[in-house]
Amino acid sequence: SYLSTAVGQLSAPQHGDVSLLVQVLICRNYKGDVDMVEIDHFLPLLMQQEEEGLICPVMSHGNVHFLWIKHNNLYLVATTNKNSNASLVYSFLYKLVEVFTEYFKELEEESIQDNFVVVYELLDELMDFGFPQTTDSKILQEYITQEGAKLEVAKSKVPTTVTNAVSWRSEGIKYKKNEVFIDVIESINVLVNANGSVMSSDIVGSIKLKTMLSGMPELRLGLNDRVLFALTGRDKGKTVAMEDVKFHQCVRLSRFESDRTISFIPPDGESELMSYRINTHVKPLIWIESVIEKFSHSRVEIMVKAKGQFKKQSVANNVEVRVPVPSDADSPKFKTSTGHAKYVPEKNLVVWTIKSFPGGKEYLMRAHFGLPSVENDEMEGKPPITVNFEIPYFTVSGIQVRYMKIIEKSGYQALPWVRYITQSGDYQLRTNA
Amino acid sequence: MQEWANQLCENRQFGSKMTDSKYFTTTKKGEIFELKAELNSDKKEKKKEAVKKVIASMTVGKDVSALFPDVVNCMQTDNLELKKLVYLYLMNYAKSQPDMAIMAVNTFVKDCEDPNPLIRALAVRTMGCIRVDKITEYLCEPLRKCLKDEDPYVRKTAAVCVAKLHDINAQLVEDQGFLDTLKDLISDSNPMVVANAVAALSEIAESHPNSNLLDLNPQSINKLLTALNECTEWGQIFILDCLANYTPRDDRESQSICERVTPRLSHANSAVVLSAVKVLMKFMEMLPKDLDYYGTLLKKLAPPLVTLLSAEPELQYVALRNINLIVQKRPEILKHEMKVFFVKYNDPIYVKLEKLDIMIRLASQANIAQVLAELKEYATEVDVDFVRKAVRAIGRCAIKVEQSAERCVSTLLDLIQTKVNYVVQEAIVVIKDIFRKYPNKYESVIATLCENLDSLDEPEARAAMIWIVGEYAERIDNADELLESFLEGFHDESTQVQLQLLTAIVKLFLKKPTETQELVQQVLSLATQDSDNPDLRDRGYIYWRLLSTDPVAAKEVVLAEKPLISEETDLIEPTLLEELICHIGTLASVYHKPPSAFVEGSRGVQHKRLPARAGSGESAESPDTVSTGGVSEAPPAVIPSQGDLLGDLLNLDLTPPTTTGPPPPTSSMQMGAMDLLGGGLDSLLGGDIGGSPAMGASFGAPPAVMPGSFNAPVSGGLSDLFDLGGGVGMPMGAYVPPKTVWLPAMKAKGLEISGTFARRSGVVQMEMTLTNKAMSVMGDFAIQFNRNSFGLAPAGPLQVLTPFTPNQSIEVTLPLNTVGPVMKMEPLNNLQVAVKNNIDVFYFSCQYPISMLFVEDGKMERQVFLATWKDIPNDNESQFQIKDCHLNSDAASNKLQGSNIFTIAKRTVDGQDMLYQSMKLTNGIWILAELKVQAGNPNYTISLKCRAPEVAQSVFQSYEAVLKN
Repeated sequence: SYLSTAVGQLSAPQHGDVSLLVQVLICRNYKGDVDMVEIDHFLPLLMQQEEEGLICPVMSHGNVHFLWIKHNNLYLVATTNKNSNASLVYSFLYKLVEVFTEYFKELEEESIQDNFVVVYELLDELMDFGFPQTTDSKILQEYITQEGAKLEVAKSKVPTTVTNAVSWRSEGIKYKKNEVFIDVIESINVLVNANGSVMSSDIVGSIKLKTMLSGMPELRLGLNDRVLFALTGRDKGKTVAMEDVKFHQCVRLSRFESDRTISFIPPDGESELMSYRINTHVKPLIWIESVIEKFSHSRVEIMVKAKGQFKKQSVANNVEVRVPVPSDADSPKFKTSTGHAKYVPEKNLVVWTIKSFPGGKEYLMRAHFGLPSVENDEMEGKPPITVNFEIPYFTVSGIQVRYMKIIEKSGYQALPWVRYITQSGDYQLRTNA
Repeated sequence: MQEWANQLCENRQFGSKMTDSKYFTTTKKGEIFELKAELNSDKKEKKKEAVKKVIASMTVGKDVSALFPDVVNCMQTDNLELKKLVYLYLMNYAKSQPDMAIMAVNTFVKDCEDPNPLIRALAVRTMGCIRVDKITEYLCEPLRKCLKDEDPYVRKTAAVCVAKLHDINAQLVEDQGFLDTLKDLISDSNPMVVANAVAALSEIAESHPNSNLLDLNPQSINKLLTALNECTEWGQIFILDCLANYTPRDDRESQSICERVTPRLSHANSAVVLSAVKVLMKFMEMLPKDLDYYGTLLKKLAPPLVTLLSAEPELQYVALRNINLIVQKRPEILKHEMKVFFVKYNDPIYVKLEKLDIMIRLASQANIAQVLAELKEYATEVDVDFVRKAVRAIGRCAIKVEQSAERCVSTLLDLIQTKVNYVVQEAIVVIKDIFRKYPNKYESVIATLCENLDSLDEPEARAAMIWIVGEYAERIDNADELLESFLEGFHDESTQVQLQLLTAIVKLFLKKPTETQELVQQVLSLATQDSDNPDLRDRGYIYWRLLSTDPVAAKEVVLAEKPLISEETDLIEPTLLEELICHIGTLASVYHKPPSAFVEGSRGVQHKRLPARAGSGESAESPDTVSTGGVSEAPPAVIPSQGDLLGDLLNLDLTPPTTTGPPPPTSSMQMGAMDLLGGGLDSLLGGDIGGSPAMGASFGAPPAVMPGSFNAPVSGGLSDLFDLGGGVGMPMGAYVPPKTVWLPAMKAKGLEISGTFARRSGVVQMEMTLTNKAMSVMGDFAIQFNRNSFGLAPAGPLQVLTPFTPNQSIEVTLPLNTVGPVMKMEPLNNLQVAVKNNIDVFYFSCQYPISMLFVEDGKMERQVFLATWKDIPNDNESQFQIKDCHLNSDAASNKLQGSNIFTIAKRTVDGQDMLYQSMKLTNGIWILAELKVQAGNPNYTISLKCRAPEVAQSVFQSYEAVLKN
């Protein structure tokens, strides 16, 4: 049994203003086995959990279960009284956010109210009797539009794409110039302990496409994938071992499983073709050493050293080192060897920005804060230092696009363009403070 | 596309004028009236605007049902948008206006024939959502047509409509033959139609658990697997979830399905991945573990499970709850992945707590240093629940990984020094468990713990501290003062603390009787006379009675050695775990509860089970062991939920960590307690009270009110106790012959020994009752065996608690092993024993049932059995009759299995059941048996084949004994 009942979206209550209460913005009861008044129990439950500090994405009241996610100030809530497939429900709720965002740019209270007719139409098309149906927004946009008034009967045929095996690409797409842009983006996740040892590090890569190709092209992507090279017996140059690979619906998974070929008919426009995870231990690209000394009732002194641990020829752009400070700190003073530091009191952070950070270089930042003589007795956590950066023309893993073959029956020539970029992912360094 | 985008931008630029929000603004009094007029307007545009306003009102919860006829009138339109809105209205209000809803039927029927497939589909989709009985009849014909529609969009919508209709009127759907049409759609050429048909059938099948609706067979499975490659991500989930209900015929089919499902592990949608994991975890059960593919599959599962942790937090949560199950079922999959479960500062609390749980499960000697460093880090966070759990986790590590215990204790002491109240309390609770696990090792920290006594305000921490004080009373100088300080507010304490305080003070008294009489009197009277709590009173009375009648026994009971505590906590009971594995990805797997626990009306529904291992050429391993443990891991012991009376008396009521497994041979203590509280009580009164003369002397009998109100309930409690004591050792119902007198007192200068043999959890034991019928105290007991056929020898010394006073009778359990010297005896199962005490050495001989030597892994593989049976020469076969046995073959098989006689196959020929059975002796000798049971005939025939035919007679005797008792 899947999502048995309804998708309701609730607006969040205003801060502390209980009288405003929650208004159910829109809801669609797909099965009729859960009474819609049950949704009234959602918010009290949520508030109770928030008070206890133990929120959970699944809550129940009687035999009704609420599975919810939050987007901006909206709650998207699915209710069920069966043993529903919970992972499907959350996937679907996130898909809803995606579809609505693509339709309305922003998913928020206003956009729902402004477009409630389309929202109803979409909800009908996205799910039937609790079973998710067509959720590809590009395809939906072919027959559900916001220009309902103009929609004449003749025009509103079901695109065959909806039920096709190729459910993500319409027929008859035309471009004057046939091109594919391939972005290979690697995010570095690092967790470093206060004593400087790397607790965990991995690379999450993503290959994004911007496809501007006519017709129904057949594409094949070649990477320097170690397993593939081992299979084919070729051994030229550096290969990369991907720990786990995830593909867009369009990629033929059985083909990949059998001979590691990435073959597909691409969706039109932008899409994420694949993502991969690599476990190999990488040196944190930007290494941070910090000394944070807290002198109770008087001051905090912070010294942060940042070092670029990557090739000299490369440059990290827009580097941001975010250093936590106590919430009651005041009168900041900074000294930096490069870039500039800024105090962001609402986030209890010092943000040290370095526009351009060449590999091998080392920079220093000192900060000084006053502390009130009366101490804040609230316990504060130990948030880590986080770092944001971007290094173009470079992937840490060394993954490369070897080729992108594009074959279309009309026989046009198309050009693939490849771009590489490495950026910070979840990049955390714990501190001693 | 570009055009559309531009329009969208325009839309937004013009702001509210162009948007639907204006429909929400008209909330005046005459609204309904106005709307009515507008709905009946001639102008199309105006009509549509009006319907939009109606829907807007409906959306904000206003009752606009009064407009029903007017809205339905707008239904006949060729404007699709307007039609959709009217349909939406109908779905909402038809139920409240069933009679008027009929008005809509005609339009529906007409729309189902519309040339535009969008309209046909819309009509059939909406009709199914109108839950009005009268309408459903009219729905049948259009639905039938739509199920055969040329457009797949209509067919896929119609497929779902069958499920909708079934929900409203199941009988109708069956009568109309829609289920068959739906089954046909599984072979449809369009993958989306297939997926929806599968989803609809699965949904219907759920409400008819016994109908063979899905009728999965290798052919239909093949169709599904083909569709799997072509349909949308959601369709893939429907199909995978449906596949998970199938049980392959053999390991080959199982493997081939697994091979075709594994590519789904690379799908970007986490829900597809989890459903694939479910199928694989289930079908893997059938694969022989020595198969290469089995290992390959295990390796393939880890990376996608780890990747799920990069999904959105809610999906991470579902994944973590499932990983928790998977780690319990197959720990080998993720044993090297500890690091990915390290908690990030910005993880939501629900993710943090789940990760912590999994970290503890994966902790091992190999990774413990890292884990501890992490846990220490977490313990200084601010989130109270998380910190508490982290502190607990440190304690769990100490218990799980012995090498780390010392480091854990010092980490905990560091944390206690922080003086953060909840950290201190949590630490004390876990230190108590560490003391349990490693007695007499870390008591040096008690002083530090005692310093924090005043800051403990949580019952669990108070109870733990009191337990520690009582347990180590002899080492704490001011134990009496400490405990006394708790007595002042005795009645304000929670039951947990009261019970603990009572036991602790009794312990203290037994250890330091001279100084603490007043204290113990005080607590006994608080617990019995001043308390309304039956548990507390019962325990108080039992202690009182024990102390006043037999302080020695009291000491044995209260200060008994405690069963070891288990390494793992919160392990899910194996059958539930199996069921939950079958529900991976669903709410059941998130709650860790079977669906029957939270879905109404599902109580009668069959619980899902993992398939049994089938196939050939596997190693000799029974399915039971396969289903509970990992490759090499022994099945972990499971913590009992609550209410173990024995444990209660032994004051183990502090929180989970106790084993369920039968307690190690400390059971002599329990037996002692039983006997003491049973018949022999009065005769013991006034006898020699050993130990301290201060004890007992100061005790009067329990208050006069007691006998009336006390005897009855206690004797009830006693029989519970007795049952439990008897049941503890034999979870399988193994046959234990009654005790017989082996050594009469006359022949042994007053020592009488009666006994029997038992096999309890794989250990052969000699269970004896020793009675001192002499005039003096006995002591210095020892036991020795003569060489015997199977090398039986005592596995430890004979422990007889001394002083063993005249007229006393005690139970002694002596565990045996089979590594002693061997000599063939006549009869084969004869055993010669020498027992020594301070008076003399005595000899006797006894016979053990050979079934005590049948080992737990005596289940032979079918194939092996067949080959062996043929291989053993016919001369070695012996045949016996078992007379007057009235069990049917299944009951017989069950009973025999309790004694490790395993049925491998059953065949029925002409009303005669033939059971093929095997058993293995401790020395590795296999015995094969064929047991013939004929209905109505109380005489069984048994043929035994064994390479050592001399065992046959004893085996036959065991059969007879097991079957007839």
